[in-house]
Amino acid sequence: MNAVEFILAGMLAAATPFLLAALGELVVERAGVLNLGVEGLMAFGAVIAFIIVYHGGGHFIAFIAAGICGALLSLVFALIALGFRANQVATGLAIGILGQGLSALFGKSYESLTVKGLPKIGIPGLADLPVIGGLFVQDSVVWLSLLATLCIWATFAFTKTGLVIRAVGENPKAAHAIGYPVIAVRVAAVAFGGMMAGLAGAYASVVYTPLWADGMIAGRGWIAIALVVFGTWLTGRVFLGACLFGAVSLMSLAAQTTGLDLPSQLLSSLPYIVTIIVLGIISADRRLLKLNGVASLGEPFER
Amino acid sequence: MSMTHFVPNLVRRERASRKAMLLAPPLALAAAILLNLALYVLMGRDPAAVVHAMLLEPFLSWSSFSEVLLKTGPLLLIAQGLAIGFRAKVFNIGAEGQFILGAIFASAIPIWFPQATGGWIWPAMLLIGAIGGALWAGITAFWRVRLNANEILVSLMLSLVAAQLLYYLLLGPWKDPNGFNFPQSVMFQYDAMVPTLFAGTRVNVSLLIALALSLAAWVFMQRSFMGYKLQVGGLAPRAAGYAGFSEGGAIWLSLLIGGFAAGLAGAAEVAGPLGQLQRSISTGYGYSAIIVAYLGGLHPIGIVISSLVMAAISIGGDNAMVSANLPIAAVRVFQGSLLLAYLVAVAFVRYRLEWPQISARSPS
Repeated sequence: MNAVEFILAGMLAAATPFLLAALGELVVERAGVLNLGVEGLMAFGAVIAFIIVYHGGGHFIAFIAAGICGALLSLVFALIALGFRANQVATGLAIGILGQGLSALFGKSYESLTVKGLPKIGIPGLADLPVIGGLFVQDSVVWLSLLATLCIWATFAFTKTGLVIRAVGENPKAAHAIGYPVIAVRVAAVAFGGMMAGLAGAYASVVYTPLWADGMIAGRGWIAIALVVFGTWLTGRVFLGACLFGAVSLMSLAAQTTGLDLPSQLLSSLPYIVTIIVLGIISADRRLLKLNGVASLGEPFER
Repeated sequence: MSMTHFVPNLVRRERASRKAMLLAPPLALAAAILLNLALYVLMGRDPAAVVHAMLLEPFLSWSSFSEVLLKTGPLLLIAQGLAIGFRAKVFNIGAEGQFILGAIFASAIPIWFPQATGGWIWPAMLLIGAIGGALWAGITAFWRVRLNANEILVSLMLSLVAAQLLYYLLLGPWKDPNGFNFPQSVMFQYDAMVPTLFAGTRVNVSLLIALALSLAAWVFMQRSFMGYKLQVGGLAPRAAGYAGFSEGGAIWLSLLIGGFAAGLAGAAEVAGPLGQLQRSISTGYGYSAIIVAYLGGLHPIGIVISSLVMAAISIGGDNAMVSANLPIAAVRVFQGSLLLAYLVAVAFVRYRLEWPQISARSPS
């Protein structure tokens, strides 16, 4: 298998933790809320899922539990940032620290243990294509994540729900005036984002690299938040960004196998460096950000 | 009847409550302690043993209190720098990376000139470390001011890069050749060490520097025109714009101050208790300092108190790990819940709860 085939085959799986978390944060930010706790929510979901799979609960239950736990922890964020109108940046950071702490606490006796991942499902016909065939052999969660991307895109493009979320994020006062429950919509969006982050963490710990290590999320939650900016709050672009980061994280692996003489620390920091560079390039276009950005992002709503 | 009839309303106070402002930190601390004790009980630990190890032991002997003071230094330094930025609404959360760069820059002197002697070495290390931290923060400032990029994300990503840079140096060019392959540098010479304050303890002069800079931060924020401009920029950006205060200038200044202080703290750590560059130079000081800054109300004097409290909790957590078999991650959980409790408590500075009247509940 050459490097191109390797990256094509693995890209979607590597992208999935980024994708799930970023899709969740996209919905949260579209509703006008900035939740910076994604890294901690992912870590919390990851440890819950790992413990359940390790004790034989199975992947299905593990993902459900991780989603519920992520949503519950993000509701603490909602209570404090939306209920008590606390600073969203500080609240998000606190939830992040708390989630990472809980994950380390619960995961302590599971350090370096492994579990079995998920089998891959190929699409008949397409899977046998040369070079790009690997793209069509993925585990079930990857296929479901692609479906989720489609659903979220369609929700924002065609449904009233999507319209209400956007109205609440763009102009909460006007949305309130025409009778939409601003706070309730935002709480629901935050819970959805927490659930998606929990699922993303679960994918990282029980499917993508099915082994437990403290700090295994390794900045992926933060990159997911950056991806929402890269995607200028558009579902399709967030998906492309996640694929790019999936490819970048695989490239560091591919570079090591091809015997490129680069320090492994440089390759490990590649995703972070790419994030910084892309963030600079996208943000420099102020008009683009202003056009697609969410007007009331991070501001508390007061009647 | 809808649910909202039973939910109390947050009503904005006519003026901020001073009483609530002073009560918020101790109440938050009490709430966090109770919440976490409940968690320890659920985990099957003896709460009395945890309380003793975590909250009392740090103060019971001079030797453990001196360790609290030792840990207070870096937290105090970093938090003072961060608070200036937070007040100007510049969210530098990459102090961890700036701390690491400070440690790296400072270590360059004893690593490149191991034979050098003289009283200039440790002051030079502190200065170069602070400059290193400021340079690293300067990248974030450039990205924010010139490229309009979000400083939260850039500064955090730079912290992750800084950790990798540290590992690279310790596993490669700066590894101690006689260090049995451990990821650490050579031990520094005597003159590269910050002088200790009290015989028999590890507390050193950097604590005095941190206190002096706290005083400087107070003068800067409360008494200087530049500090005033920064605060107006944070509170009322539009007014600041009309008054001709430049936003870019405020961002540069906030980040450079934050990076300088964090870099200084990193330098003091390698030139102080550690005496060499190690993989574990920071136990998350850069992140804990964010909590310290908020818990101190972003006020220079409040931060002196909150850094002492946070250092005590951290030393207490180490104690509890040994004597009450509590995982060290419990300290992180405690810190996260403490900040959350504080954010709830501080909501009552600006708002009061208004419970719905019985009459208002009856259907109209």
